[in-house]
Amino acid sequence: MATRETPGLYGYLAEFREPWDLIDAAAKVRDAGYTRWDCHTPFPLHGLDGAMGIRGTRLPWLVLCGGLAGLTLALLMQWWMNAHDYPFLISGKPLFGLPAAVPVTFELTVLLSALTTFFGMWALNLLPQHHHPLFNSERFRRATSDRFFISIEARDPLFRGEGTREFLAGLGADAVEPVED
Amino acid sequence: MGILLTRDTIDNTAHDPARPQELITGGYDFTTLTDKVCGIVERRGAPRAWWVALGFMASLAAMMFGMIGYLIYKGIGIWGVNNPVGWGFAIVNFVFWVGIGHAGTLISAILYLLRQQWRTSINRFAEAMTIFAVVCAGIFPGIHVGRVWVVWWLFPLPNFQAMWPNFRSPLLWDVFAVGTYATVSLLFWYTGMVPDLATLRDRATTKVRRIAYGFFALGWRGSNRHWHRYEKAYLILAGLATPLVLSVHSVVSFDFATSQIPGWHTTIFPPYFVAGAIFSGFAMVMTCLIPAREWYGLKNIVTLYHLETMAKIILATGTMVGYAYATEFFIAWYGGNPAEQFAFVNRAFGPYAWAYWIMVSCNVVSPQLFWFKKIRTSPAALLVVCIFVNIGMWFERFVITVTSLSRDFLPAAWGYYRPTAIDILTFVGSFGLFFTLVLLFMRFLPMIAMAEVKTVMPQKHWEDKVSRPVGDYHGTNPGDR
Repeated sequence: MATRETPGLYGYLAEFREPWDLIDAAAKVRDAGYTRWDCHTPFPLHGLDGAMGIRGTRLPWLVLCGGLAGLTLALLMQWWMNAHDYPFLISGKPLFGLPAAVPVTFELTVLLSALTTFFGMWALNLLPQHHHPLFNSERFRRATSDRFFISIEARDPLFRGEGTREFLAGLGADAVEPVED
Repeated sequence: MGILLTRDTIDNTAHDPARPQELITGGYDFTTLTDKVCGIVERRGAPRAWWVALGFMASLAAMMFGMIGYLIYKGIGIWGVNNPVGWGFAIVNFVFWVGIGHAGTLISAILYLLRQQWRTSINRFAEAMTIFAVVCAGIFPGIHVGRVWVVWWLFPLPNFQAMWPNFRSPLLWDVFAVGTYATVSLLFWYTGMVPDLATLRDRATTKVRRIAYGFFALGWRGSNRHWHRYEKAYLILAGLATPLVLSVHSVVSFDFATSQIPGWHTTIFPPYFVAGAIFSGFAMVMTCLIPAREWYGLKNIVTLYHLETMAKIILATGTMVGYAYATEFFIAWYGGNPAEQFAFVNRAFGPYAWAYWIMVSCNVVSPQLFWFKKIRTSPAALLVVCIFVNIGMWFERFVITVTSLSRDFLPAAWGYYRPTAIDILTFVGSFGLFFTLVLLFMRFLPMIAMAEVKTVMPQKHWEDKVSRPVGDYHGTNPGDR
C-alpha cells in the first residue's frame, strides 16, 4: 500500500466525450499497471471489459448452486408433505410421483436461481451503498447520462499525485479533476 | 377511413439489407435522448389529460374493490357461477390477464436472447405491463376461492389442521407458477431499471426526488466492474425467464387439460395457450404504446418500424392460434370420441355460438389484415385491430371455460351460464386497476429503457469511425483490437 501523498484525496477523475476514446484510454491505464481504478459509463460499453482486463464473474456458479438448492428443496418438500408427514391419498394415485412433482420443482428451481442472480449480483457489486466519494464530483453526475469517465484511486500503489493527473490528461481526456474523499 | 390508413410522418420501415436498421430516428444523441425520456418524468405537474385519465381509471379500480368487498360480505352467490358452470368470469379473467403479461417477458427475455435490438425501445413498457397484468390476474383466483380469509391454505404453511396442500393438483402448480412468474418479472424489471433510476437521481433538482430515486438506484454509479456482473445477471435472468414464461401458461392450461371435461382434455393446450398468450400480450402492448408514443412525443424512439415488427408477431401468433382452433376440430373428429365431437360442434353451433364466432372473427380473421403493409404501418389501424384482438382473446377463454362446463357428459345436468352485473363490473374494474398502474408508471418511472436504447444508437459523429452502435450485442468490438 503506497502512502497517500495528498490526504483527503479519493483520486482523479477523467472525463471523455466519446466512448471509443474511453476504450482506448482504458487499455492504456490497464497496460500502465494500475489496479485500483474503474470506468464509469451510462450504458454497458462492449469491449470495455477486455480493455480494462476484467476477468469473468463467479455469479453463474452461485446461480447454479441456488438452482440446485431450489430443485432439491422442492422435491423434498413435496415428498415430505404429501407422502411422509401427512400421507395424502387422492383417487388412488401414488403418494409421491415424479411426473406430478415436475411443475412445482421446475418453478422453485427457477425462483431460487432468479433470487440468487438478483441478490448475488448486488452483493458481489457491494451495492446498495449509501455514499461514494465520486458523488462529490458535480461533473460525475453525467456518468449516468452522456459522459464517460475513468477514475484512478489514490490508494493505487502506482498513484503519484500530479504524475497520475498528467498521465490521465495525456490519454485524451476532455477534463481531469481531483475528487475529495 | 382516412385516418386508419395514415402513416406516421416519420417512416423508417423501408428495409435495406445492406445497412443496419435505423432503430432511433430524429437525430437523437445520448444527451437529447436522456433529456427527452427524463423530461416526461421531471416535468412539473402532470398534463390535465393525465389527471382526467387517472381519475377515471382509479374510480373504475375503486369500483372493482367495492365489488370485491361486497363479494366478501355476501358470498359467491352474487356471481353467475352455479352448477354445472362453477368456473365463470373469475377464471376467464385470470387466464386473460396472465396471458396479457406474457408479451412483456417475451420482449424482455426471449427477444434479448435472440438479439433483437429493436426490443430496447419497448421492453421497459412491456415489462411494466407484465407486472400490472399479473397483479390483475392474481386478484381473481384469490377472490374466487370464496372464503378469502383462508386463501393462505393455497400455500404450504403449517396450520392447525396439520394438513398440507395436495401437490398433485394443477391448481396448486398454478400457485407456484404464477407466484414465481410475478417474482421473477419484478426482479427483471427492477434490475433493468436501476441504471435509469440512477440517471433520474443524478438529474434530480429537488431533494424529494433525489432521495426517492436515490433509494431505489441503490448507489449505482455506472462502474464498469458493476456493469460486467450486471450484464451477466441480466443474461441469466433472461435465460431463466424464457422457459419460465413458457411454463406459466402451460401450467395454466393444465388446470383445464388434466381434467376429463370434453374440450379441455387435450394435449394441444400448453402450446396453444402460450401462442395465445403472446398474441394477446402483444396486442395489449400496442394498445398501450400507440397512444403513449403519440401523447408523449416518442415517435422517434418507438418508431413505426417497432410497431410494424410487433404487427408481424401478432400476425404470426394469431395464425398459430387459428391453426390450433382448426386442429382441435380435426382431432375431435379423428379421435372418434362422441363426447369430444359433441363438445366442438356445440362450441361452434350451440347456445354459445355467438361467443365462438366473436372469438374467431377477432382472433383469426382480424389479424390477417396485417398482411398488408398499409395497415401494418398505420398506427390508427393497428390500434383498432389490436383492440379487436384483446376482445377476441378474452372470448377465447370464455368459450373454452364456459361451453365445455355448461354441456358435458350428462344432458340432464346441462345449464346456461349468465354473468351477473357484478361479474361484469368486477371485470371492467380490473381494467381500471391495470390502467391506473400504467398511468402512474408513465408519470413516475422512465418508460423507455434509456441505458439499453443508448447501446443501439449510432451517434452521428461516430459514423466515420464505425458503422455499428457501440453496445452491439455481438461480433468484435474496437476494444478487442
